[in-house]
Order: sequence, then structure tokens, then C-alpha cells
Amino acid sequence: MAVLPIKFTKTKRDKLAQVLWVLNWISVVTGIILFSLGIFLKVEINKRQDLMAESQLQSVPNMLIAVGLIACVINFLGGKICYDCVDTNKFLRWKLVMLPYIICTFFFTLSVLVGALMCYSMHGQLEEALTLGLRDAMRYYKDTDTPGRCFLKRTVDQLQIQFQCCGNEGYRDWFQIQWVSNRYLDMSQREVVDRLRSNVEGKYLMDGVPFSCCNVNSPRPCIQYQITNNSAHFNYDFHTEELNLWMKGCRQALRDYYTNIMHSVGLTVLIIWLFELSVLTGVRYLQTSLENVLRQGDPECESDGWLLENSFVETARSNFNIIKHLGKFNQINISSNGDPNIDKPPTAHYGPDNVPPKPLPMAS
Amino acid sequence: MVLLKMKFPFQKRVRLAQGLWLLSWVAMFSGAITFAMGVFLKTELHRRSEVMHSMDIHIVPNLLMAVGLASVGINICAGKVCQDSLDPSRFPRWKTFLPPFFCFSVFLTSLLLVAMILSFALQPSLEESLKIGLKNGISFYKDTDTPGRCFQKETIDRLQIEFQCCGNTNYRDWFEVQWISNRYLDFTSKEVKDRVRSNVDGRYLLDGVPFSCCNPASPRPCIQYSLRDNSVHYNYEYQTEELNLYSRGCRQALVSYYMGLMNTIGPCVLFDFLLQMAILVSLRYLQTAMEGVIGQENVEIETEGYILEKGVKETLLETKEKVKRLLQLAQVGDASSTTPGTQPEEEKPATA
Repeated sequence: MAVLPIKFTKTKRDKLAQVLWVLNWISVVTGIILFSLGIFLKVEINKRQDLMAESQLQSVPNMLIAVGLIACVINFLGGKICYDCVDTNKFLRWKLVMLPYIICTFFFTLSVLVGALMCYSMHGQLEEALTLGLRDAMRYYKDTDTPGRCFLKRTVDQLQIQFQCCGNEGYRDWFQIQWVSNRYLDMSQREVVDRLRSNVEGKYLMDGVPFSCCNVNSPRPCIQYQITNNSAHFNYDFHTEELNLWMKGCRQALRDYYTNIMHSVGLTVLIIWLFELSVLTGVRYLQTSLENVLRQGDPECESDGWLLENSFVETARSNFNIIKHLGKFNQINISSNGDPNIDKPPTAHYGPDNVPPKPLPMAS
Repeated sequence: MVLLKMKFPFQKRVRLAQGLWLLSWVAMFSGAITFAMGVFLKTELHRRSEVMHSMDIHIVPNLLMAVGLASVGINICAGKVCQDSLDPSRFPRWKTFLPPFFCFSVFLTSLLLVAMILSFALQPSLEESLKIGLKNGISFYKDTDTPGRCFQKETIDRLQIEFQCCGNTNYRDWFEVQWISNRYLDFTSKEVKDRVRSNVDGRYLLDGVPFSCCNPASPRPCIQYSLRDNSVHYNYEYQTEELNLYSRGCRQALVSYYMGLMNTIGPCVLFDFLLQMAILVSLRYLQTAMEGVIGQENVEIETEGYILEKGVKETLLETKEKVKRLLQLAQVGDASSTTPGTQPEEEKPATA
């Protein structure tokens, strides 16, 4: 019992082939779209590489790039096949290739789906990479004279200005690290020495933040230093002051930004997957209907097209047996010593009525 | 004496018409692109309109938009004329329409050149407008509680961050203006009172700049206040310090930005102008060549095409006469409408 059979007249077959030809060319374009989405994602992640710790984030854009390229190739081939399918003679050329092609396309479609799901599941990795990356970047903010870290100050400043955020989770993160380099600290001053001595590690900690945390929308000039000291500034209460600095943490800002990108990309890939699936179904129907035409011998007759010849269970079982026997070709049956005639029942033929003769009486 | 005569056999005419039809499509897209560039330039100028005092420079994008739209229409007409010119029975209906069409199109296309020239000529005006606008912005920076000026702080801060500039000419402009509002000054403190008394207008002036002047590329945390006092900051010398603040002035930054935009748009506009003129010249040749065919039995004869039937001076004189006659007709028409009695009186003696 076939799965979802449909009757195809000759004109219907021809129209299906033409429609599929056009759809395959559209699929080449969607393959290019997939490729460019992968490149876009890769560029976006690389732009902020300094702020992300090592992780498997690169696998998602790489997957999309690979899938996009394969889509172009597969659909180009599919277009060529469908173009030839209108003519039954030309179909004979592709007859043996079509079934492997359909199986390959099926697995390829699966990988497109996997790519889409990966876009949505990147959350956890992203969060972890950002937390560690931002923490390190802030720690090395002051090391503008150390090769390999000298650019981190500029990166963090530009990040905080562009994404309107401050610190890892909030501006208080800056209170816990020394972000002013020792080169710019006057060690002869009492205040500096006091601060250095006030903690175990000898770090110059203060309740101040870099200028890039300043909020542009504040009605008053930015208060960067002595943030928690109300008496240092006129008409200032840090408990109620909200517009002075950016309140959002940079980890959340970056996470939201990347999540938006990922979700849009994932949605586009899902839509492309549905499109590819429909093209694959069309090609399968075309293949089965053309094979039935060849079986019946008359190129003008009506034929059936289906997804699977037998039901799912039977097809699975038969494929399983094929795979099992594929392995058995190489094995030798050693139980009967390699002799194929042992243990076989006698198959002698005793004339037309097949009655074994009576045993002859023995001479005494 | 005909201007720039050319012979046109039948095949050449046909090829001219076909090539011109294709070219008119290209020019249509080019016109649409000119329109889009005009829109882009206008939006960019509009975005910073808060720091610009006058709107003189807006004439450049306005011209580009108008001419872009008009050229789309002109090229659609040109395409239609080309299509009809291959059919001699349909071509005559364009006869009266084409001469004014040519004058109108040449005038509009020359406006493109005018726009390009203006974009260079108006640069001093732009600079002056920015100078006044920025001066006002910096003066009103502290007035975040005054309606109508409360946005100036945000505008100037965003501008300085985005264009990486500080002040009008340079950062010293901030030393001459009180940019900290009185609401945030403690008038009981000695330092504030000293500063306020130190100048005639009673303003709180200091050698400090807002945070938006800070340069992220500086290796040390930003020094905003006491910029001229080397002793306040460790290991700091203001005469040699270059990376701490943005060294460029915002006026210069904005002028070079807009000049850069117009220099990029310039070649595209020039290309559109040349394309359009080529189309108009070819269309004129086609029109005059086809006029030789009208009324003839054999449509495949060779005809002559020219730009002007007579010389330039003679054509101008002729056009002047035509226009005068049109005006006189209009005047006579007015005269006869105000004195209706005179006409029948004139006729009476004739019949008598």
C-alpha cells in the first residue's frame, strides 16, 4: 500500500517538471541567501571576538555557509534533472541517478533543519562566552601598554558607548577592579597609598567608572567619580539617580543583540527548509510517476506517483534487511566446513510418478 | 545653414530608434538613482539640522530630487517617441509636442549641472551656518530645563561622540562658555564663588570639557577637568598630550563629512547629465530624420537629420518672433474682451 499516491496524467507530469525546474532555480537563490546569512553571522561574531571567550560559536555560521553552498549545487543539479524530465527519453539518462539524488537531498534537508535549530539553541554558549570574555576585557582595561591587550580599553569604551551599557552586569563591576593603570597613579600621595593598602591584593579600587559609561540623556554633566558619595556632589543622591550612567549591563545588551540576530536568521533558515522540503516532495513524485510510466511502457499513459511504494514499516524493514545482507556478502559460512552440499535433504527424481522403488529381495 | 547635419539611411534610422529606446530605459534608472541620492542627501542634512542655522544648502538635494523625477518622465516620453518613430503613421502626432519638449528637457538637464556647481559654491555658506549653529548648541548645552533648548545637550554629546570631534573649532571653545547649569553648582563653596566672580558676566567658567570629548583611543583614563593644570594630574602635560581628547573641531568634521558625501554623489550626477544630453541629441536627430519621411510614399528613403534647421542666431531670432507674436495675440485677445463694441463697428463700414 503506497504512501500518499497521486495519479499523474502526461500533461500533469510535464507541468510538474516545469514547475519544479523553476522552483529549483529559486532554491539556488535561497541557497545563496543561506550562504550570505552564514557570512553575515560570521562577520558579526568576529567583530566582537575580543569580548567573547573561546567557544563553539563559530560552528553555527560555518554550518550555514556549508549548507548554503551545498544547496546551490544540489538545486542546480535538480533543475537540470527536472528540465530533462519533460522528455521521457532524456529521463532514461537520469534514471539511475535520481534515487540517490533524492536520498542525498533528503539528508541535506535534514542538515538545513539542524542548522536552523542550532541558531535557536546557541543561547547558553553565548551567555557563557560573553560573561567570561567581558570579565577579562574589563580586567585588562588598564593594560594599554601590554602587547596583546593594548586595544582592550578602546574596545570596551566603544562597546559601552555603542550599546549604551556599563560593566558586565551593572556599573558596580567597575568598583571591583583596578581600571586605572599604575603608570598614572602618584604613589607619593597619601590617598593613593591608602587605597592600595585597603585591600589584600594591593589594587587601586575606587567608586568610579570610565567616561564611556556616561549617559548622553542625563540633564547634568556626567558624574564619573565618587559615585556612591552623595556629599561630594551638589544636589545628588546616587540611590535615586538613574540617568547619570547607563544602567544596563553589557552582557545583557550583547546577549539581546545577538539573540535578535540569531532568531531572525533561524526563522529565515526554517522558511528555506520548508521550501526545500516541498521541492524534494515534488521531485520524489516526479521520479516515481516517471518510473511507473517506464514500467507500463506507454509514455502517454496515466501513472501513479507516491512517496513510498509500501508503507513506512515495510519500507523500513526491507531497507534494514538490505543493509544486513550487504554486510553478509563478505562472510563465509564456516559451520558446514565450507561444503555447500552437507545437510541438504535428498532430492533424487524417481521417474514421472516420483515413487522410490521397492528394495529388491535379497538372495539367500 | 544647418547645424551639424547627418545623413540617415533607413537601417541607420531603425538602429538609432532601437538603441535610443534601450538607452532611455537606462536613463530612467539613472534618473531614479539621482532622485534617491537627492533623498539621501536631504535626510542626512535634516538629521543635523539642529546644529545648522540656515537651510541654504538644502537647495542642492531639492534640485537633485526634482530633476531625478522629471528625467524619469522625460525618458518615458523619449521611449514612447522611439517606439512610434518606427511606424511612420503614428509618428506625426508627436510633431507639435516635440519642440517645446526639447526646450523643457534641456533646461531641466542643465539644472543638474547647476546643482553640482552649487554644491561647491555653497560650501562657505554651509560652514557659516554650522559655525552659528554649533555656537548656539554649545551656549545652550546647560539649559536642559529650558523648553526649546533642552535637547541641545543630548544633540551636542551625540554629535561629538559620533563625529569624534570637540567644540566648534577645537576643545578650547568649551572654556569660554558656562556648560554646567547653576542647578548643579554649590554657591556656598568658595571655589564656585571665586570662579563666578572672576569674570564680568558672572559665569562659571572652567578649563574643563564634557565627557563626550573624551577619546576612547587614549591609553589613560580620560582627563576632562583642569586640563590646563599639569600639577593636578600625575604624569600629564597638556602641551604635548594629543590623545586625551578629540583634537578636531565639530565644524570641520561636519563640513568634511558633507563635502565627502557631495563628492561621491558628484560623478553619478555628471554621468546622469551626460547620458540625458546624449539621449536628447539623438532624439532630436531621430525627430528631424523622421520628419523627412512624413508624407513620402517610400518610407525607406534616406533622409537628413540635424540639430537646428538654421544657424543658432537665426533660430534664436525666430523663436523671439514667435514668442512676441504669441504675447501679442494674448494682448489682442485681452483688448477685444474688454471692448466688445468696437469689433462690430469695424465690420460695418466694410459691409457698407
